[in-house]
Amino acid sequence: MGKWSRRAFIGAGVVAGSALVVGVAVRQGNPIDRLSPLLTNNENEQLLNAWVKVDADNIVTAVIPHVEMGQGVYTALAQMLADEMDADWNKVRILEAPADMQYVSDSIGRDFLFPNLEVPALFEPTVAGGILELAQAMGLQFTGGSYSVRATGQRAMRTAGAAAREMLVAAAASEWQVPAGEITTADSMILHAKSGKSETFAKFALAAAEQSLPAKPKLKSPENYKIMGQPKARHDIPEKVDGSAVFGIDADVPGMKYAAVKAAPVVGATVESMDATTAKTMPGVLQILNMGDFVAVVADGYWQAQQALCTINAQYSKTEGDSLDHNAIFARYATYLDEAGEDGGDMQTEAGDVAESFAGAATKVEAEYKVPFLAHATMEPMNCTAWVRDGKCDVWSGHQAPVNARQAAADAAGLPFEDVTYHNAYLGGGFGRRSDSDAIIMATRIAKATGYPVKMIWSREEDTAQDHYRPSATSRFQGGLDKDGKLVSWDNIHTHLFDPADAPTVPYYNIASHKIRKVDVPMHLRFGPWRSVDHSQHGFFIESFVDEMAHAAGKDGYAFRRELLAGSPRHLKVLDTAAKMSGWGSALPEKHGRGIAFVPSFGSIVAQVAEVDMSGPKPRVTKVYVAADPGFVINPDGFIAQMESGIVYGLTAALYGDITLKNGAVQQSNFHDYPMLRIDEMPEVEVALINGDHKHLGGGGEPGLPPIAPAVTNAIFAATGTRIRELPLSKHSFA
Amino acid sequence: MIKLNVNGQAKEVDADPATPILWVVRENLKMPGTKFGCGIAQCGACTVHLDGKPIRSCSTPISAAEGKTITTIEGIASEDGTLHKVQQAWIEAQVPQCGYCQSGQIMSATALLEKNPQPTDEQIDAAMAGNVCRCGMYGRIRTAIKAAAGIGQPAKVEA
Repeated sequence: MGKWSRRAFIGAGVVAGSALVVGVAVRQGNPIDRLSPLLTNNENEQLLNAWVKVDADNIVTAVIPHVEMGQGVYTALAQMLADEMDADWNKVRILEAPADMQYVSDSIGRDFLFPNLEVPALFEPTVAGGILELAQAMGLQFTGGSYSVRATGQRAMRTAGAAAREMLVAAAASEWQVPAGEITTADSMILHAKSGKSETFAKFALAAAEQSLPAKPKLKSPENYKIMGQPKARHDIPEKVDGSAVFGIDADVPGMKYAAVKAAPVVGATVESMDATTAKTMPGVLQILNMGDFVAVVADGYWQAQQALCTINAQYSKTEGDSLDHNAIFARYATYLDEAGEDGGDMQTEAGDVAESFAGAATKVEAEYKVPFLAHATMEPMNCTAWVRDGKCDVWSGHQAPVNARQAAADAAGLPFEDVTYHNAYLGGGFGRRSDSDAIIMATRIAKATGYPVKMIWSREEDTAQDHYRPSATSRFQGGLDKDGKLVSWDNIHTHLFDPADAPTVPYYNIASHKIRKVDVPMHLRFGPWRSVDHSQHGFFIESFVDEMAHAAGKDGYAFRRELLAGSPRHLKVLDTAAKMSGWGSALPEKHGRGIAFVPSFGSIVAQVAEVDMSGPKPRVTKVYVAADPGFVINPDGFIAQMESGIVYGLTAALYGDITLKNGAVQQSNFHDYPMLRIDEMPEVEVALINGDHKHLGGGGEPGLPPIAPAVTNAIFAATGTRIRELPLSKHSFA
Repeated sequence: MIKLNVNGQAKEVDADPATPILWVVRENLKMPGTKFGCGIAQCGACTVHLDGKPIRSCSTPISAAEGKTITTIEGIASEDGTLHKVQQAWIEAQVPQCGYCQSGQIMSATALLEKNPQPTDEQIDAAMAGNVCRCGMYGRIRTAIKAAAGIGQPAKVEA
């Protein structure tokens, strides 16, 4: 995989921050001269626009403004660009964009800041410019929220590919003196059938770069897709089977030393004193630093640093969080929810008169659900290598938002953004954890204190106990059925709200009266986005309660959801597909159960049916059937892999995930007390893909996760009659 | 100085004999393909072979490797660069996502097939349950192991 060479960075010199010509042809100005030194290695390569270059060997390189953490973004986005460009897929290479404001994406900005924004064409340039400024202010060169394909891919990469193609065609038309309309392109070749002329893209790359950027390049319609929609092998896989893939933790800087760190166990506390008498005498130890909020030991080797750190006895300041444990936090949630009562809290969505519909309901159901704090537990523990010297700073890590990482390092080093070079590597798991910059800041502070390059690596214990957690939450429901068993009243109030705002809402279910509110509860822990974010909680809450309502109505969970989705054929098709795949309604062995759940999220509609075997001492999930409609699937094998992955991540949490607190500090430390799903518990997963709307794409990284917990707990109910209202399942006894 | 044989090459390293093999391989020998995951032999990311047997290098001191052969992910392809059949199967089944655990997964899988060329599902579970994959690619790992063993074919994805 292409990475920025040091030489290229040095050659680029100081990065100017004013030009706004990011990427596709729709921006004003021309950044090519400035970006060329960053993007090209020699004079035989020509940058066509900021997202694509063509070299003398006719290799087309897609410049990907997102980071690869296993979700397959390099390949899927390259497919989108290459297809619109009519590039030869076998001659497409990939380069990750540098942490540069030029690659802050207004497409991400638009979908992140203003979902569903429709703007009249007349105002489009103004709005796009405004969004870009906002996006740059927020450093939105961001990989997360399942945005890459649906935002950057759909709005930028395809446009860039089509624009590059039109510029190549225009250059050829000019040289050959033929109408552009007579020229065709295929497999990185430019053809003119009438005259029999054909040339490579490379031949016209230089002339194409001189062409004006087309304002509205014409995009293909699905029947003309050649690369989009095809299962393509991921570009990043070969180097991930021979040990050559470079992750953040693999940064190799000449002369670097190693740091082990231990932060105050309770967030907000500081290191008041420490006894490092033994540590000072240990082999390889170079420096012992009290950084205020953490202790760092710098040594010749990481193991030496970690061994010395373990001997340090530190005392910490008292904080307000010291008295809290996880039960006290749930008690606090209950207090806030009680205080909110029938009408308090922040209204998120409301329709009809819920009080009246509930009062008049023939059947009333109330339920409360709880989910715990969760750690991300990326396989690669948090780490960062930094070098601060001579008014410059270099930082190496794997981060979901490279521009943010660069800014965080600049702030920590006390240097301007321009004097910081951020080198991004592969991420050994992101899942939202690597969107925060705490490790970047810590390493930069250490490097500033030492003056020489330092690689800081968190122990697994530190990674588990100092995460930015998925919040725990409590959600309460009151539901009402009319005399026909129809769901007519839905009242939900829950704690916390992070993102996305629509996670607690159920606009796809036809419920005449509904009211959804939240209460914010203060907390000393740091929270971070955790794969599928609020959908990870609300998927479980909503789909559990729907199942309870179905049971109260005396109806089958699938049939009940069909009624709620009546009038939404696209949603119904997804639900029906999953049910049909599973053989819904057919007999199962004794103590086996089937559960269904349906959660649209991040623009994709997903239904899952889980089968559980409850004959043993704990639930065993044997099979998961998935139907997913993300609008249009760009790389089917990659999308299926994301469904498999989301299911395992969500199932691990449903079975085991539980971060608990004692005296304000996290109690879990490593995989023995924060267990992971392993191969012997892996269910078979079968995925059906549906292309329901090629104009509005959904994401893939997250939508596979939210349905799995409720599908499993609904299956447990079907098998045993036990309704699970609190996760994880390891809290419950099924003996 | 500690004398080692790593991927068929004689090496000498100046390290505390108690240093785990993992850190000697990564830092002293500059072979970063072997990964740090947990430090307590719970995740398998650091798996290497010691005299052909899979071990967790984060919890095995380098002194234990003296006079024995260490094989890492960098050492399982042929000298001409031809990938090991397990690596090849990994690509065909499109196993890795983030890829961080995969060196360890592949080292566990190659050791399994060396000992047991035609493993059953239960034997695959037993041999691979020590390796965590947070991206959850267990189904593909099973498919790839069976393909490498010649007892199943993965759906091949076009290059």
